[in-house]
Amino acid sequence: MIALLLLPLVLPFALRPMARRALQRLTPITALWLLTGSAVIAAGCTLAALGAFVLTGLLRLPLFASLGELIHPLRTSYGGLVPPAAVLSAGALTVCARTLTRWALNQSRAFRAARTQAGRGPVAGDLCVLDSPHPDAYALPGRPHRIVVTTGMLRSLDAAEREALFAHERAHNAGGHHYFLVAAELAARCHPALGPVRDAIRLAAERAADEAAATVVGDRRLIARAIARAALAGQSARSRRPDFVPGATTGPVPQRVKALLATPRVTHRTAACGLAALLIACAALSFAASATSMIDVHHRVEVAQGEAAR
Amino acid sequence: MADAKDERRPAGELEATVMAALWAAGDPQTPGEVQLSLGTGLARTTVTTILTRLHDKGVVDRRRQGRGYAYFPVQDAQGLTARRMHTELDRDGDRETVLARFVAQLSPDDERVLRDLLESGEQ
Repeated sequence: MIALLLLPLVLPFALRPMARRALQRLTPITALWLLTGSAVIAAGCTLAALGAFVLTGLLRLPLFASLGELIHPLRTSYGGLVPPAAVLSAGALTVCARTLTRWALNQSRAFRAARTQAGRGPVAGDLCVLDSPHPDAYALPGRPHRIVVTTGMLRSLDAAEREALFAHERAHNAGGHHYFLVAAELAARCHPALGPVRDAIRLAAERAADEAAATVVGDRRLIARAIARAALAGQSARSRRPDFVPGATTGPVPQRVKALLATPRVTHRTAACGLAALLIACAALSFAASATSMIDVHHRVEVAQGEAAR
Repeated sequence: MADAKDERRPAGELEATVMAALWAAGDPQTPGEVQLSLGTGLARTTVTTILTRLHDKGVVDRRRQGRGYAYFPVQDAQGLTARRMHTELDRDGDRETVLARFVAQLSPDDERVLRDLLESGEQ
């Protein structure tokens, strides 16, 4: 059981190299869905595994044993390892809970502030103009969706590039990318190895918006030019918007520009399917290991409660 | 071809495009100048309609230039809020009662500010 519970804690490390390759082999939308899905499952299974360790450790204590109505002591394999594992897991869970709560509170505050700020300024259609010399642009989800662009950014781009920028931001809102980014941020805070996966998800969201904008505008070079110019203009500024709000210049811009300027190459379907299958398999394995361990723990507790034969 | 595609875009997107053009330009623009700068297949009448709509919403202002107007974005947010308050006031038929209720609901600080402004304005 212990060995099985370690699997969900270790599998996220395997997701890291896969995440990097996912963007090269898969289309951005597919990568976005697969990476976010596997990150969320991996994070959930990590929390479940840690919880299971804590539970088994707690049930060793007389107080909780009586609360759990245990007649016999709880039998686990590698019994000696359970107390230290439980303590470490409890520590990890506490840290995780604190980080998650703090992040969630900060983000909701920043998001409300951003919505208020956007609503106060001039609004035309879905565009909110922020009078600021620092070039910045981002898609602010909500009811209704808005795209926020500073006057500094508007003055840095010509008319066609402005349209490209708007198309990119609208694609973020239309695609609901903020949901993926929130999920990625939460998952990244559950397991250290999921941080790079979160970065890959961010890049996938940007690439997906780039591709959608390129389809709407009909000119890939224009989108590339607009992003590049926006990135060069906005180098110094670091805006205070929420983490899950996608901006125009998020992620490695040179990579995005290169992908837009490159002629769409023939995708190797087998490699793409193989990578997708690998990601799904990783998530499924994590889930299966957690689920099996949960069932095992449940059974052992029942045995200890005298409700089931060994 | 580009004409039809651009004209068929949702009104909100066209408003955003035109407003962005005004903010990007340094100085007031006539509808013709906006149309030229945009370079898309928008007719001048469409641009004029959008500018008028934006003006009615209070996000852009205009001044006479030649036979028409030159439009410029409203730079000051507080002026925008004040304009919105005026729109609300205009919307209601009974101005006096609205103003009376408004003054009755003012906090002491706001009342002091309003009183100072009115008195300094009358001088």
